[in-house]
Amino acid sequence: MIWCVRLVLVVLALLGANPLHAVQVDEILPNPVLEARAREISHELRCMVCQNQSIDDSEAPLARDLRLLVRERLKAGDSDNQVLDYMVARYGEFVLLKPRLSWHTAILWGAPLAILLAGLFAIGFSVLRRPAGSPLAEAGALSETERQKLSAIARSPSEQQFTARET
Amino acid sequence: MIPELGHYALVLALALALIQSWSPAMGARKGDLALMKLADSTALAQFAFVAVAFAALTYCYVTSDFSVANVYENSHSQMPLIYKFTSVWGNHEGSMLLWVLILALFGALVAWFGVNLPATLKANVLAVQSWVASAFYLFILLTSNPFRRLAELPAEGRDLNPILQDFGLAVHPPMLYLGYVGFSMAFSFAVAALIEGHIDAAWARWVRPWTLLAWICLTLGIAMGSYWAYYELGWGGWWFWDPVENASLMPWLAGTALLHSAVVMEKRNSLKVWTILLAILTFSLSLIGTFLVRSGVLTSVHTFSNDPARGLFILVILMVFIGGSLALFAWRAPRLKQGGLFAPISRESALVFNNLFLATACATVFVGTLYPLLLEALTGDKISVGPPFFNLTFGPLFVPLLVAVPFGPLLAWKRGDLYGVAQRLLVACAVAMLGLATTFAFEGTKAVLAPFGIGLAFFVMAGAITDMVERIDLRSLSIETIGRRAAGLPRSAWGTTVAHFALGVTLLGIVCGTTWSSERIVALKPTQTVSLSGYDLSFDGMVTKEGSNYRETAAHFTVRTGGTVIGVMEPSKRVFPSRDGMSTTEAALLTRGVSQLYLSLGDSNADGSIALRLYYKPFVLLIWLGAVVMALGGALSLSDRRLRIGAPRPAARVMPQPAE
Repeated sequence: MIWCVRLVLVVLALLGANPLHAVQVDEILPNPVLEARAREISHELRCMVCQNQSIDDSEAPLARDLRLLVRERLKAGDSDNQVLDYMVARYGEFVLLKPRLSWHTAILWGAPLAILLAGLFAIGFSVLRRPAGSPLAEAGALSETERQKLSAIARSPSEQQFTARET
Repeated sequence: MIPELGHYALVLALALALIQSWSPAMGARKGDLALMKLADSTALAQFAFVAVAFAALTYCYVTSDFSVANVYENSHSQMPLIYKFTSVWGNHEGSMLLWVLILALFGALVAWFGVNLPATLKANVLAVQSWVASAFYLFILLTSNPFRRLAELPAEGRDLNPILQDFGLAVHPPMLYLGYVGFSMAFSFAVAALIEGHIDAAWARWVRPWTLLAWICLTLGIAMGSYWAYYELGWGGWWFWDPVENASLMPWLAGTALLHSAVVMEKRNSLKVWTILLAILTFSLSLIGTFLVRSGVLTSVHTFSNDPARGLFILVILMVFIGGSLALFAWRAPRLKQGGLFAPISRESALVFNNLFLATACATVFVGTLYPLLLEALTGDKISVGPPFFNLTFGPLFVPLLVAVPFGPLLAWKRGDLYGVAQRLLVACAVAMLGLATTFAFEGTKAVLAPFGIGLAFFVMAGAITDMVERIDLRSLSIETIGRRAAGLPRSAWGTTVAHFALGVTLLGIVCGTTWSSERIVALKPTQTVSLSGYDLSFDGMVTKEGSNYRETAAHFTVRTGGTVIGVMEPSKRVFPSRDGMSTTEAALLTRGVSQLYLSLGDSNADGSIALRLYYKPFVLLIWLGAVVMALGGALSLSDRRLRIGAPRPAARVMPQPAE
């Protein structure tokens, strides 16, 4: 299945005049702290002509432009969030690989927790629905005869050496 | 002649599938043994005919018969023989043919090996299997015929996409499909059980080996795909949370949950309704995966699949089977009697916990993958859901699951003793703490999550072997006792231990690989040297090679550590003239233990230097090694006597053991 992605990648690579490489030597900022931040931000931005690739991984010319843009903004003194805001203002929400929490992504972000809670609720419900007086409900306490039986077993020397366990 | 033969065989397979869709189900209803038995022959014959069709297409590829459109578009006469075989499924039509071949194979296996199955269950299973098969034969014959001929015979083929000309193509798709399609067995058994209206522990006994087999193949298929992406795509990533990858991960997560819930059903006759639902969902996710990849929905920006009719066809198949089976479930499931009660702290509960988190993780991937499509369809808003989202949601869901893994197998059925189990896990805990502390001591606060990840991985590994260490009485230090006990334990117990241990191994690989991976991006001229993590790579110069259907430019590097030569690396670029000069980058890998040096080639610059990306990825091989060992654990479980024999005998209830 993944080969389809690769097909797309190849098609995309062909769109450029010559195959480029992701982050290139001439793009790297001399300041290592800024460069590290640039890489960090690049992982969160989507190359918009690619299928689900960050601009840090992409070989497309557009991704290179975006990487340079990110570095320019950083050099201009933007904070990480300001860079992301700038990119969103220019290219729309689509550019973010991690969508921001808003009304139209509430379901997306809420889904994992909601599903987990729904699952817990369903389990709780199925436990409650168990018929009252089921063996389990009364299993907590042993009856007098059971207790006698148990102590008789415990006293028997041959049984004492073994504890039953299922595989 | 041969392609027509293949085409005709496929039509015959469809005819047989249609008969098989009807006759055994009718027979089971009326109690007509002859009608039911018919399914055995049709299932075997169906497989034979699909095999003929597949062999015919393979023959066309191997003999480079370019009069067949599919061969012309995806092959080349100069291509190495192995790729002539693999390119059979390196395209849409051929891969669908492989899909039905595997489906027919599973049908035939049930007909052949299902001697112990009750006649009606077997008949219904084969009928359901045939419904699916008929739909996909129709799909191939109507929209994706691989045997279509060209009016004019072209002199040469257009070659297989260069990026697919790799050994990965020989392993990855067949394994993945064996997994996807293998889950159709669980589906057919579930639907058959719903049709019959009753289900028992023996049912789970029959379903488990099929699910396990599918799961093993899917695990290996995903691992192979991940490793292939890692070395082929050239930037050293191994999982991209790409929709296509997610499409294979979802059935894996659901299938893993199914394996575990089927255990509860088999041993304790409990969780029946849920197991049935999970069996249906697992195969539904496989179908959705096929739909997502084959319909072109996900690649709408660059229409890869150019025929919307295909997408529509699969969507109809999808709705009929998923909708139909879920409706059947809603109708018939309430009739299934629930059995085996259990306390909140018990092995059963631990497995419910496992299912809860696996199902939630699976649902999260599902929502994350489809949400952008849905949102765009409904509101026109375009958003992206990428790796940062999945890492943030999927990770936290997996942590509680991983913490619970060592507890599960140690808890007793029905009513467990959590405190007692915690005591038995003290050693594992100590190992985990040691790992955490060591990592912390070395790393400090540089990587905050890494110590916890390492600790968790050690806990999973040590916890997995805790039970076995106790049961084989490792402390007795008598080889004889240990050997005797180890051999005496059921293989499925060993399977659990091995698979759970492997989970820890994979986690260790993931944590180390992501935390301590180091990278250098440089431009080098010949005779210059680049250093990373104690390795010095000197650039000796460029080498040009002629491949069978490509030209290769490789950069030759000598790798030294502390002055001693430990190997050479030759990252290269391949240009394929048959594909209009399309090129691929072949990264060079140098394996040191379970760590790897990864070197990938960029562009040549005007000043004679060449762009390079060099990575050092410590312990990265553990990621895939863990997956392979996990699959081995599955295979060990599969070889368990009770699954081999498959007869519905009550499981051995009590195994006496000396008190500790």
